[in-house]
Amino acid sequence: MTSTSSPLLELRADVLVIGGGLAGTWAALAAAREGCRVILVDKGYCGTSGVTATAGPGHWWVPPEPQARAAAIDKRLGTAYGLADGRWMARALETTWNSLPGIAGYYAFPQDEHGVTQYRGLRGPEYMRGMRKLIEDNGVTILDHSPALQLLRDANGAISGASGWRRQAGGDWQVNAGATVIASGGCAFLSRLLGSHTNTGDGYLMAAEAGAELSGMEFSNYYCIAAAGSTMTRSMVYTFGDYFDASNRQLPIQQGPEFTHQLARALIEGPVYCRLNRVPQNIRQQLPSIQPNLMLPFDRHGIDPYRQRFPVTMHAEGTIRGVGGLRVIDDDCQTTIAGLFAAGDAASREPIAGATSGGGAQNSAWALSTGQWAGRGAARLARGRSLQPTGLSGFDGIGLDRRENGASADGQELLRRIQDEVHPLDKNLFRSGTQLTRSLQALESVWDQVHGGSLGAGQKPLRARELVAMAATARWCYHAAEQRKESRGMHQRSDLPKQSANYDAHMRLGGLDNLWLRHDPLPRQTTQGALA
Amino acid sequence: MIELIYSDLCNGCGKCVAVCPTNALALGNNHLPQISDQAACQTCFMCELYCSSDALYVDPDCENPRELDPATIRNSGLLGQYRRDSGWDEWANDPNHSNQHWRMDGIFALARSTQTPFKS
Repeated sequence: MTSTSSPLLELRADVLVIGGGLAGTWAALAAAREGCRVILVDKGYCGTSGVTATAGPGHWWVPPEPQARAAAIDKRLGTAYGLADGRWMARALETTWNSLPGIAGYYAFPQDEHGVTQYRGLRGPEYMRGMRKLIEDNGVTILDHSPALQLLRDANGAISGASGWRRQAGGDWQVNAGATVIASGGCAFLSRLLGSHTNTGDGYLMAAEAGAELSGMEFSNYYCIAAAGSTMTRSMVYTFGDYFDASNRQLPIQQGPEFTHQLARALIEGPVYCRLNRVPQNIRQQLPSIQPNLMLPFDRHGIDPYRQRFPVTMHAEGTIRGVGGLRVIDDDCQTTIAGLFAAGDAASREPIAGATSGGGAQNSAWALSTGQWAGRGAARLARGRSLQPTGLSGFDGIGLDRRENGASADGQELLRRIQDEVHPLDKNLFRSGTQLTRSLQALESVWDQVHGGSLGAGQKPLRARELVAMAATARWCYHAAEQRKESRGMHQRSDLPKQSANYDAHMRLGGLDNLWLRHDPLPRQTTQGALA
Repeated sequence: MIELIYSDLCNGCGKCVAVCPTNALALGNNHLPQISDQAACQTCFMCELYCSSDALYVDPDCENPRELDPATIRNSGLLGQYRRDSGWDEWANDPNHSNQHWRMDGIFALARSTQTPFKS
């Protein structure tokens, strides 16, 4: 532990949940329902933090009819390119279907014009406000504005909670817990993706310091359209868009599987403008009640998007609507480190999404399901464990030394250099071996400076750790991408445009200064399922 | 990003400081919220949603601060727009602001079915 003069809030719990978004709240709920004492820490505010609170998650929602479920699973296996598992998809569908109606007291599910209650899609702010109330009513203790900075281990090396900083209350916190769930979200490297600035890969970093494995990090290059200069990555209305270049020529950009690549190619060539004149009149009137935040950028800048052309951009989503994350090894979503669980975007979504983004629907179902599986698994593990309240230590991670009050490394400059490698479309969406190698060299240089320079943790403990986490995550993403010497799913390389049976494998990796990577070949039946 | 806090509208409840996920706001010496770290704002509009006094204004420009005229914004009708359209608080039972989010599926389906092939 780093010594500080700050007061320390010391707490004990059966289960500690790190992160208060969709996965974290479902995890806390499941653990509390097992009768456990649960503490949830959020770096921001449980209810507004994370990418669900600002969005409108529609869940993967298939009735429990065997044919419908099988068809939904087969469809997704077809785009997973061998890396998903139908059994995990079935579990997620079942858990999602059974769970959402149960929060009816905390979310006012509307009825459609036929009087049928609509469970599948929820508004993010109301959903997360309800989840906060629900876990509070189940006895969960919430610590807001309390970022976790590192995991703790006991004298035997077992994960025993975490410690962090109370950025509003002042001082530090330490939770000694029998099991810990990482639900800290994915990492979009502080792109302008709506609601993503709490999601900087902190959980990956903490877990990797403890020796946990990551998986699927090469599938981390999803992008979403938004009006230029805005964060409003809500894509629905753009399905009606017509697109133009700077000289007002209409561009061949159309809805469908090629949309992202068509728009990205045009954006690399120059500015792209959109007009939404094909949105039907009745929908225009309903939109503020469908997606209340969608029109804010237009209304506030005096743009009529149905008549005027406005510039658009694409925001990087990294591992948020990408796939990669901590590898889970059992049905309880335990990581490769005993007592450490992962859920939501913090966990690799390969079991249900494979090599392709799950999109919003699968991803919400994943967060809801893995949250509950991890929370329940953590609770059951913690019940059988007696805590050792003394002799706790951290993992001596980079950027934790609170004696550093001044920064010798320029954090803003290092962040810009990370973003310069992972955000550009022509480096990350359209990949090549040469570029990946160049980017890795640039990121290696960033890492050297992150490692060697003082990040000013004494004044800005969270910023220092976020920077380390983003630097580490960028290296994991591109190391896996460089080593997957083929194209598969969202990982498309111009130098190796074909899928190769040599890479019918999961890429596991980890390490901080010295990265390691291992191919885990696919079990035979999974491969056949995907090819069928 | 967050641009304006109208002290005369603010009731001092402190909710915006509590709910801001990136800690861009802080309570000042007068116990009223102020913008303490504008660069930290992620332009998510959550503070507006939780402000029952409609005393905050977030400009949708997430890249650069803007010089705004507080009186113009106040008279624009945009204060409280997001909270009203979301049907929060006093708008909860107003049928004009009921939750129509479920229509998304139908809109996606409509977009797919009405797409005309691109002609250059």
